[in-house]
Amino acid sequence: MDWGAIFSNAAVELISPTTAAYALAALGLAVHFGYTGLLNFGQAGFMALGAYGYAISILTFGFPVWGAFLVGVGASVIFALILGIPTLRLRADYLAIVTIAAAEIVRLLFTTNTYASVTGSANGLSGYKNEFAALNPLADGTYGFGPFTNNAYDTWLRIVAWSIVILAALLVWQIMRSPWGRVIKGIREDEDAVRALGKNVYAYKMQSLIFGGVLGTIAGMIFALPRAVVPSNYQTTLTFFIYAILLLGGAATVLGPIIGSMIFWVLLSFFSGFVARAVEAGWLPFMTSIQGGQLRFILVGVAIMLIVIFRPQGVFGNKKELAFVR
Amino acid sequence: MKSTLTAQRYLPRMLVILFVTLLAALSMATFSAGSAHADEVGTEYGFTLSGNVKFNGEALDGVAIAVKGNGYTADTVTDAAGKWAIGVPEKGTYEVTLDEQTLPKGVVVAKGGNVIDTEFGLTDRKSVNFFLGEGTRNTVSFFDQFVNRFVNGLNFGLLLALAAIGLSLIFGTTGLSNFAHAEMITLGALMTLVFSVNLGLPIWLAILIAIALSGALGYGLDAVIWKPLRRKGVAVIPLMIVSIGLSLALRYLYQYFFGGSTSQLPGSGMTDLKFGPISLSPIDLASMGISIVVLLAVAFFLLRTRIGKATRAVSDNPSLASASGIDVDNVIRIVWVVGAALAGLSGVLWAYFRPGVSWDMGFQILLLVFAAVTLGGLGTAFGALVGSLIVGLFVELSTLWLPSDMKVVGALVILILVLLFRPQGILGRKERIG
Amino acid sequence: MSANAVSQAAAPLEPPVPTKKPVKTTGLHIGEAGPGCAKVDPILVVDNVRRTFGGLTAVDVAHLEVPRGAITALIGPNGAGKTTLFNLLTGFDKPNDGKWTFDGRSLAGVPAYKVARMGQIRTFQLTKALGLLTVMDNMLLGAKGQTGENMFRALMPFLWRNQEEENRAKALDLLTRFKLETKKNDYAASLSGGQRKLLEMARALMSDPTLVMLDEPMAGVNPALTQSLLDHILNLKSQGMTVLFVEHDMHMVRHIADWVIVMAEGKVVAEGDPHEVMQNPAVIDAYLGQHHDEDIGVDPDTETEHVSAIKELLDDER
Ligand SMILES: Nc1ncnc2c1ncn2[C@@H]1O[C@H](COP(=O)(O)OP(=O)(O)O)[C@@H](O)[C@H]1O
Ligand SMILES: [Mg+2]
Repeated sequence: MDWGAIFSNAAVELISPTTAAYALAALGLAVHFGYTGLLNFGQAGFMALGAYGYAISILTFGFPVWGAFLVGVGASVIFALILGIPTLRLRADYLAIVTIAAAEIVRLLFTTNTYASVTGSANGLSGYKNEFAALNPLADGTYGFGPFTNNAYDTWLRIVAWSIVILAALLVWQIMRSPWGRVIKGIREDEDAVRALGKNVYAYKMQSLIFGGVLGTIAGMIFALPRAVVPSNYQTTLTFFIYAILLLGGAATVLGPIIGSMIFWVLLSFFSGFVARAVEAGWLPFMTSIQGGQLRFILVGVAIMLIVIFRPQGVFGNKKELAFVR
Repeated sequence: MKSTLTAQRYLPRMLVILFVTLLAALSMATFSAGSAHADEVGTEYGFTLSGNVKFNGEALDGVAIAVKGNGYTADTVTDAAGKWAIGVPEKGTYEVTLDEQTLPKGVVVAKGGNVIDTEFGLTDRKSVNFFLGEGTRNTVSFFDQFVNRFVNGLNFGLLLALAAIGLSLIFGTTGLSNFAHAEMITLGALMTLVFSVNLGLPIWLAILIAIALSGALGYGLDAVIWKPLRRKGVAVIPLMIVSIGLSLALRYLYQYFFGGSTSQLPGSGMTDLKFGPISLSPIDLASMGISIVVLLAVAFFLLRTRIGKATRAVSDNPSLASASGIDVDNVIRIVWVVGAALAGLSGVLWAYFRPGVSWDMGFQILLLVFAAVTLGGLGTAFGALVGSLIVGLFVELSTLWLPSDMKVVGALVILILVLLFRPQGILGRKERIG
Repeated sequence: MSANAVSQAAAPLEPPVPTKKPVKTTGLHIGEAGPGCAKVDPILVVDNVRRTFGGLTAVDVAHLEVPRGAITALIGPNGAGKTTLFNLLTGFDKPNDGKWTFDGRSLAGVPAYKVARMGQIRTFQLTKALGLLTVMDNMLLGAKGQTGENMFRALMPFLWRNQEEENRAKALDLLTRFKLETKKNDYAASLSGGQRKLLEMARALMSDPTLVMLDEPMAGVNPALTQSLLDHILNLKSQGMTVLFVEHDMHMVRHIADWVIVMAEGKVVAEGDPHEVMQNPAVIDAYLGQHHDEDIGVDPDTETEHVSAIKELLDDER
């Protein structure tokens, strides 16, 4: 068994753009769920809007990178408004179902053959990376060390992705310790009480939905840059994985989503590497390699259950500070 | 002053309505991509789906075939010999669709529908054939189509209702939005498959065993997971997230054991019978009959039996019910067993409706079941029934106007619109403040 | 602690005695005291407000005026519609019909947060302390017009730091008055039920309201704290605020209220001076009535509660 390869493949995930994307999406969800108490189950929809908004702007309209970025962000602001207007007055559990529904509507609209000429329907879109690569100030060659060695494009992508994550984390940290953040946390605890103190709860929830949603949208763009945009990537399961990351790290923390994403991806990669090689080596005679791949999702599900039951504050949360939103 | 106030209040609604209208309009303006096709596409890939379209031994030329799956789509038309072939990038499950509009007049797909789910075996080629027969599909009037879709929608709505009532009762008595309900639906179909196809039992016995096993799963889940968590005083949102984890784990567990393929239950290819404009297979008729009988039984249970009344009382106000001497834990246990058994039955019917049994079939309709429950008002059993019928009808009827790959969109938009005007659902009640 | 217990044991069942005799405001009404009678200077005027839940009419108030600068008690048996009336008047619930004005401005259709900003602040029957916020953060939430509560300005601390310091000083002052200053950095969830009631009241005062509406401020508060709660309510009046509060304990109502409004089955059945209104047969009926026409399912708890309420009603002040 090649342990070296297993460990180095796992280590690659530590700073991969996908890890950054999930961290950022989870940070957005922390704003929604951890701080505001909004049960948004449509984060995959926000991510899809980011990915498609960016790709379509470049492929169909020939926008520059910053224009494509703004289109994605704008789309998610509009999506948040449309989602928020009917649902933010609803009870938390209604909100969960409506947000899933809205995210599925978005995904189905990107999947349908009806708009295939723009969205590529089930095939999705690719070939939108050149514009981003052209901004790369790094000279060709390889950068980094050990498992973290990458070519110029991948290094550039990692730098941009993690800079955005760090910037977003600082933003969330700063805003959550301001009076605005105080109102937001108050809404999580009891929105009627906050309303009775003269705060426009509806507007605050909307701002939170937009803020966390935009983070999710930017995460969608980062997610799309190392691969193609395929609608089946944006299913409800994606949102569930992001919840798993959020819960792993701690819902009302700034570092939690980031560390949670790192743990999630490193463990997942380690585990698939290990199982794949164990199957190959004949250690697990009752299992095929396909089954090995499914095993890790079973474990993600079990992990979600165990964390919520036994360590609801996450790995980094302070038990006293936040167990859960009621 | 007054007018600005009302304008403010209605503006958001109007915005949403505007958006929805826009959406509907957009989806109707089909981008017709009528490019010419070669008779073989995707030759650059190593795996090929192919077939031969013949009617009464005569090859049919120019019939459109589309393949979809694993993030890949392609389409082609048959050549003069009636042959078609489409290369695909990977082995896996694909959905092959024959466009009935392109068949000659008087010819339709007779059995199994014009959409076939197929999976590669050991070889790199897989042949897919449609069974054609005489029929008059091409000349169906709008009214006839409407009636047909309506009956189909009713059938779908009834099977949704079986699942939705369980979900709603569980929500009402425990406050849990149970995402793992999807896997209880799937279990019914999977177990029917195992006992009928793999073990060779008669189908009715297999279905009964599957329902019993579903009920047992409900009992087991309550005993092992939900009851201890209730005891521990875990709040409803963490409970909901636990159910998401459970759903994920169970779903991939099914895939682990049953693989990603779709299999058919015995009798699923039966030819349709004609009742005027309505074409239904005997299975469809049986499905509707069973749904109606079972739903009536559930209504009787809820309205007339002692334990059913207790269930409604707990649903209404758990603390009051327990104060008045109802054994709440027992009621909840019964609700789990009944809810899971109903979900299992609904899974069997869904397997015939789709048609096919697959590891994630429950998850595919979970959102519709939730939509039905939410539409009717969370926690009200009869609301779930009403909601299910609306969703079922809407999904089927919307195919008259929307492309069929968007039929779910319509139902979900309706959900959002209804909540806009009636946040508590159709039969739901408002919450108390203060 | 133990000394406290001893003194309590020594004086069993004694109602809390105010430290000083409250100064009653009189001459509030015009003409004869009765349901819906006019006030000299009303702050809140209610007209034909009706709210039904299905077939049940929870509130049906034809006319009601609440006098300014006084302490008004709203009493009535359980289910009389007091909380529902509070919800309606503060914008938390919408009536089927009716209108009402606060300080001369119509409030019908005005959302709850705007009502609060106008200076009409309420508390809730079931306390709504924000458990996972500190006591200080709870207080700071109460302050009005905070620059830092705007999403964009929140990112520039220099814009709101001074205001935050002022609010903090004010909060500390209030907390000291409510004897909660030692708890200022604790989570509100760690407070006792009575302390949470105090916190909720102190938090409401952060916005300098003109009308304070308290829904059962004394319920569930341990007797050692009731006295200070009473004093706080009296203080509000001396600072020029108007108080409308729901209370079940007749002794307290008599001690501090300048005016009493009695509700039963959604209607205002009597109004008047706290001593006179208790003699009103309509009031005694309101408390007894429920049981006269209800022949099934008498809950022993509410029964004793009503009986003791009536006893207190008829009791003369010591
Ligand atoms: N949201 C609601 N739904 C149904 N009935 C309600 C609701 N809120 C209050 N009620 C009913 O209205 C009546 C008045 O209640 P409430 O205002 O709480 O009384 P009080 O505060 O005087 O005890 C009661 O009969 C109560 O059951
Ligand atoms: Mg009350």
